[in-house]
Amino acid sequence: MGEILLTSELKGERLLLAAGGSWTATHASELEALVDGVAGEAAKARNVSIDMAGVREFDTFGAWLLERLTREWTSSGRETVIVGLPAHDRGLLEEMHGVNREPATTPARENKIVSSLAAIGQAGAGVGRGLMVFADMLGALGVATARMLVRPREFRFTSTVHQLDRVAWQAVPIILLITFLIGGIIAQQGIFHFRKFGAELYAVDLVGILILREIGVLIVAIMVAGRSGSSYTAELGSMKMREEIDALRTMGFDPIEVLILPRIIVLVIALPVLTFLGSLAALYGGGLVAWLYGGMSPDIYIARLTEAISLTHFKVGIIKAPFMGLVIGVVACSEGLRVKGSAESLGLQTTKSVVESIFLVIVLDGLFAIFFASIGM
Amino acid sequence: MADDAVIKVRDLVVGFGDQIVLDHLSLDVRGGEILGLVGGSGSGKSVLLRTLIGLLPKRHGSIEVLGVDLDKANELERRALERRWGVLFQQGALFSSLTVRQNVQFPMRENLGLSPRLLDEMALAKLEMVGLTSQDADKFPSELSGGMTKRVALARALALDPEIVFLDEPTSGLDPISAGDFDELIRTLQQTLEITVFMVTHDLESLYTACDRIAVLADGKVVADGPITAMLESEHPWVKTYFQGKRGAMLADQRISA
Repeated sequence: MGEILLTSELKGERLLLAAGGSWTATHASELEALVDGVAGEAAKARNVSIDMAGVREFDTFGAWLLERLTREWTSSGRETVIVGLPAHDRGLLEEMHGVNREPATTPARENKIVSSLAAIGQAGAGVGRGLMVFADMLGALGVATARMLVRPREFRFTSTVHQLDRVAWQAVPIILLITFLIGGIIAQQGIFHFRKFGAELYAVDLVGILILREIGVLIVAIMVAGRSGSSYTAELGSMKMREEIDALRTMGFDPIEVLILPRIIVLVIALPVLTFLGSLAALYGGGLVAWLYGGMSPDIYIARLTEAISLTHFKVGIIKAPFMGLVIGVVACSEGLRVKGSAESLGLQTTKSVVESIFLVIVLDGLFAIFFASIGM
Repeated sequence: MADDAVIKVRDLVVGFGDQIVLDHLSLDVRGGEILGLVGGSGSGKSVLLRTLIGLLPKRHGSIEVLGVDLDKANELERRALERRWGVLFQQGALFSSLTVRQNVQFPMRENLGLSPRLLDEMALAKLEMVGLTSQDADKFPSELSGGMTKRVALARALALDPEIVFLDEPTSGLDPISAGDFDELIRTLQQTLEITVFMVTHDLESLYTACDRIAVLADGKVVADGPITAMLESEHPWVKTYFQGKRGAMLADQRISA
């Protein structure tokens, strides 16, 4: 039942083929080999007859392979007849007769060097486009903010509070935990290495200054980019895919005002708050490690800390935070709006959003370092 | 009940939480027919379809498809069975990251191990059978119109030459002309490929032009089944309003006078 057959016999100028078995999808690959094998045998024949009487099952795969065979022979001027095919299978064969008539369009193969150069060029242009999108979003956001200041009653207060709960409040535990651990690790490393010079006490300066100026805000910004930035991109992206954003626009709402402004404002508020909490947790973690690992009593740690750090260090860290929130928000939202129809594009833009915002946060931190150094903070 | 049934549903109960959607439902689908399943919104048409293809769990009853009892089938038998049916989802459910061609090739590539040449030829053949051209083959699903999406989804459902095709509202969201064309397409394909079609629909026009038999779902049961003439004579209140309401009566008049 399952075996498939195609036997050939050459009688003078006449090639006789007899087919049998199941000419169906399940056997398509063996069938193709058989059909291709027999195709060359017609070289000497002038006319061909294919007897399909032995075929038990026949579907589009079988029909197409039969059609392919006869088409090849007919086009080279051989007369081909099919006999013994049941009437209901003839309809299927006729259906196949019309398909694949157009020449197959094979995409032109590109030169490897050219295509890799093109890829570099496109990536470069992509960076430029990305910057334009960023600037565009920043501008649109400015306009929306201005409009909101003129008509403050139109501000989406409920939405903002809801986002604040998600982005700030619900992030507190994980931020506290991570910064606590980072503070502990910095203290341990500081004590371990400074001990060689007998300067263990300076580990407290290290912890205090590093955390307040740099690490606190950076860790929080990176966490928020990964946690909230990605969810902004995915949310807006899937809303874009399901035409929800277009729907908003046609109802006379500005998506920037309704969806994006509250989200970004929330990030600008949340980052300083989370940075403050994170820095507290890190200093606490540092103190705990200094006590348990370095044998430094909490009194000494606190006394040393108040000597080592000043309000300036705190300000340097906290001033940076809202700007980082702004960068994360703008990148996340503009990448979300760039999502196209496919699920793959949603994933791609979400990845891009997180990578870009972390990158920009670090670049921004560098720029701030130069700025603060030049004004002597 | 007919012996040549390819789908046999007995005493099927499906529910969510406290809500019973299908209540001891029995239904037969005969080989080679086009069965249209109608019912009001929320009557459980799509639930029945999704239960048949194994996407929803049932609470009670038995389902037999192509002679295989879904409860008794093991993993391997189930997979073999799934290759013998094709499903057209309401929204098309095309894989958005694959092109039209790759969407149609996907089931063939995974199941048949064909040569790249045959794979390309078969994909184009299926696309041409549903009325698309090779120009459409390299488009992505997001670039297709509603009607084209349905056609591609149908081509994908037919990819493995199934014996049964399940269609979930194939003509919803199409303009009347495209919907009419689609009905005709289903009819022609069903005749050339000799398949059984199980179609959930809202479209009265489809019921007249495409379906051999109609089953009406109400209160979790099949309240009427038979050809369109039987529907017009039915005394069940919902069936009466549906087929003899304003739109129904208009169509019936046209058909009878034509």
